[in-house]
Amino acid sequence: MENKELQHEEELKPTFAVHPKKFLLWLFIVTIVMMFAAMTSAYLVRSTDGDWLKFDLPNTFLVSTAVIILSSITLQGAYWAAQNNNRQMLIAGMGITVVLGVVFLVLQYEGLFIDLFKQGVFLGGEYSNPAGSFVYVLALLHGFHLVTGLIYLLIVFYSSVKGKVGSSDLLQIEMCTTYWHFLDLLWIYLFVFLQLNN
Amino acid sequence: MSAVNTSHSSADAHAHDEHDHHDLPWIRQYVFSEDHKYIAKQYLVSGIIWAIIGGLLSVLFRIQLGFPDADLTWLKPLLGEWIQNGKLDPEFYLALVTMHGTIMVFFVLTAGLSGTFSNFLIPLQIGARDMASGFLNMISYWLFFLSSVVMMISLFIKTGPASGGWVIYPPLSALPQAVNGSGLGMTLWLVAMVFFVASTLMGGLNYVTTVINLRTKGMTFTRLPLTIWAFFITAIIGILSFPVLVSAVLLLIFDRGFGTSFFLSEIYIGGEALHHEGGSPVLFQHLFWFLGHPEVYIVVIPALGITSEIVATNSRKPIFGYKAMIFSIVAIAFLSFIVWAHHMFVTGMNPFLGSIFMFLTLIIAVPSAVKGFNYIATLWKGNIIFTPAMLFSIGLVSFFLSGGLTGIVLGNSAADIQLHDTYFVVAHFHIVMGSASFFGMLAGVYHWFPKMFGRMMDEKLGYIHFWLTFIGVYLIFFPMHYIGIAGFPRRYYSWTGFDAFNTFTDLNEFISIAAIIVFAAQFIFIFNFFYSMFRGRVSTLNPWKSNTLEWTTPINPGHGNWPGAIPHVYRWPYDYSKPGAADDFIPQTVPFSATPESNFPHEKDEH
Repeated sequence: MENKELQHEEELKPTFAVHPKKFLLWLFIVTIVMMFAAMTSAYLVRSTDGDWLKFDLPNTFLVSTAVIILSSITLQGAYWAAQNNNRQMLIAGMGITVVLGVVFLVLQYEGLFIDLFKQGVFLGGEYSNPAGSFVYVLALLHGFHLVTGLIYLLIVFYSSVKGKVGSSDLLQIEMCTTYWHFLDLLWIYLFVFLQLNN
Repeated sequence: MSAVNTSHSSADAHAHDEHDHHDLPWIRQYVFSEDHKYIAKQYLVSGIIWAIIGGLLSVLFRIQLGFPDADLTWLKPLLGEWIQNGKLDPEFYLALVTMHGTIMVFFVLTAGLSGTFSNFLIPLQIGARDMASGFLNMISYWLFFLSSVVMMISLFIKTGPASGGWVIYPPLSALPQAVNGSGLGMTLWLVAMVFFVASTLMGGLNYVTTVINLRTKGMTFTRLPLTIWAFFITAIIGILSFPVLVSAVLLLIFDRGFGTSFFLSEIYIGGEALHHEGGSPVLFQHLFWFLGHPEVYIVVIPALGITSEIVATNSRKPIFGYKAMIFSIVAIAFLSFIVWAHHMFVTGMNPFLGSIFMFLTLIIAVPSAVKGFNYIATLWKGNIIFTPAMLFSIGLVSFFLSGGLTGIVLGNSAADIQLHDTYFVVAHFHIVMGSASFFGMLAGVYHWFPKMFGRMMDEKLGYIHFWLTFIGVYLIFFPMHYIGIAGFPRRYYSWTGFDAFNTFTDLNEFISIAAIIVFAAQFIFIFNFFYSMFRGRVSTLNPWKSNTLEWTTPINPGHGNWPGAIPHVYRWPYDYSKPGAADDFIPQTVPFSATPESNFPHEKDEH
């Protein structure tokens, strides 16, 4: 009887499972997607109601989009370097990504609070219009998430400098890369969305 | 607390290297604990405290509604300035209604229900040592605590808490000049809800991840107890809908604080034109109800799952239609996302669109009826054991049916023109969502109390609690249907000025008295709960003769739940009264090879 049971235990199929932390990250990404889906749906619904200001997005956003795409590429390079245990490339890649992330945020600030201001598009107040306010809110909300991504990058950067990231410890940088790529895609989506609907 | 105490002995006997708990500092054992069982108890006690407050608020406004001419000076020690000349302040009445709704829906029936039972049961019933991330789980509780503190503070500020209704529709909620409660009270409400949503999402991410990834060997999806299915689907609904509430709240915050006009259109206040232009208040309703409707299922589905488990165990019969139960939960969850506009039939919506939402809404009756039918079919000819948990579960089935029927009435966009925002709606959702999930929560506490605290609750007190509450709930909410059909609007401070509603004075008085009795009856439960925690009869290993995994743990499970290896699972959880079997229950851990006398032809251990 006991033998039988033991035998059966060996025969039981393992249940389906992926890495819990990676899974948590993906679910977290789902929640962010839902948030922005709600925002952009609200944008579409509101824009059909009339009284909708038309304006061109400042070119700064084009530059910032290029910067964040570049940062995704450098981070992917850092990830590959980690896979190959190339520490110098890893640290360089991480460092450049962090710098590009900061540059992106600065450009976003410039696009919102300098360029759009010059065009007479404001977040709130007497001369504001929901069309402009939405651009501010979407970019600020994305910026907020980008700051969290930047903090994550800095943590992984610190780990890389300490030599804790390599082909045998890929989890941290892998999750960070996933998150950063997602933030990159999210901005591209928002940028294209705003271009098409303005 | 007991769980943590016993962790010493069990952890010493069997060292689980990553789960050793005994050398943690005091603060991480009793305050910032990462043990799912302890966090569940933290949620439960917080939920009970909030339920008392939420209930007390409802008693206060019921006194006003039932006895509009009474002198309320005696409430002055409690309410202070809110009682003027022996009368309840009308604006404070609105705040009471708002806070009652907010507290009950979010703090009691979302955090108190899911927070308690998802945390407690998921690892225990799927055979896991703990949640996927104990740290995230701990943060989730403390964010909820922070949110509770902020919401609690709002009750005590001079201008009063938020008073625009729990649905916080702008422009009322967006303009601080509109009503006192839309000032600081509303700001605190919004801040508290942001923390609350963060907490709920962290909890939800953990529940889903744990159910998918940490099941023990043999625990396939079709062997999961229905409780776990319910918690799992509930968490998914939360993950998809709560972020939308964040978006709505965020836009509202911008409208309030930064002068944007997302929800505010041309508007005059006190004769002065505001600068807001071009916003749409209906847009807020769309966003809000995209969360708000799934939210009612977030509240009720865990209760339905708990009921499935308790009804099957105490009928000593397999649950009727196990897969149908799963499909109906999934169907309800899916439909919950595409019916939100039935809350908005009278917002000037295109009638054609209204008829689509009406059609989708009425479809929900189908999976709901499947569930009701399956509960009754499970009870049918069972060897029913009327434990207090069982009584509360049967009470839930009753509420789910009688409250669900009025849902079919309300779902009609034409009938809704008359019934919208009347007491008919109040009666409907208090029975089908409020009372039903409240009963599910109470049933769960009675049923799993032995596992939580290693002791039994007193049955006789449980019976008294049940009958007073069950009859009382119908006495409160049944008359409201009549008042509602007559057109009596909800949220009104006083109706004595309207001839049409004067005839309902005695009915309102009756409702108020019933409400006070039901509220008082809850203290029987609270006494029973805290008394039994320390003085109750010591529980046996499996007091309800149940099949699920949590009853294979020690009476007071330590950190890591099982002192030895995690048991494996060989069968579904509902093998009760199986023909040929020696006992009337066969736990999930018994392989088919050990029960040749009762196996059906297709039942063989997996290869």
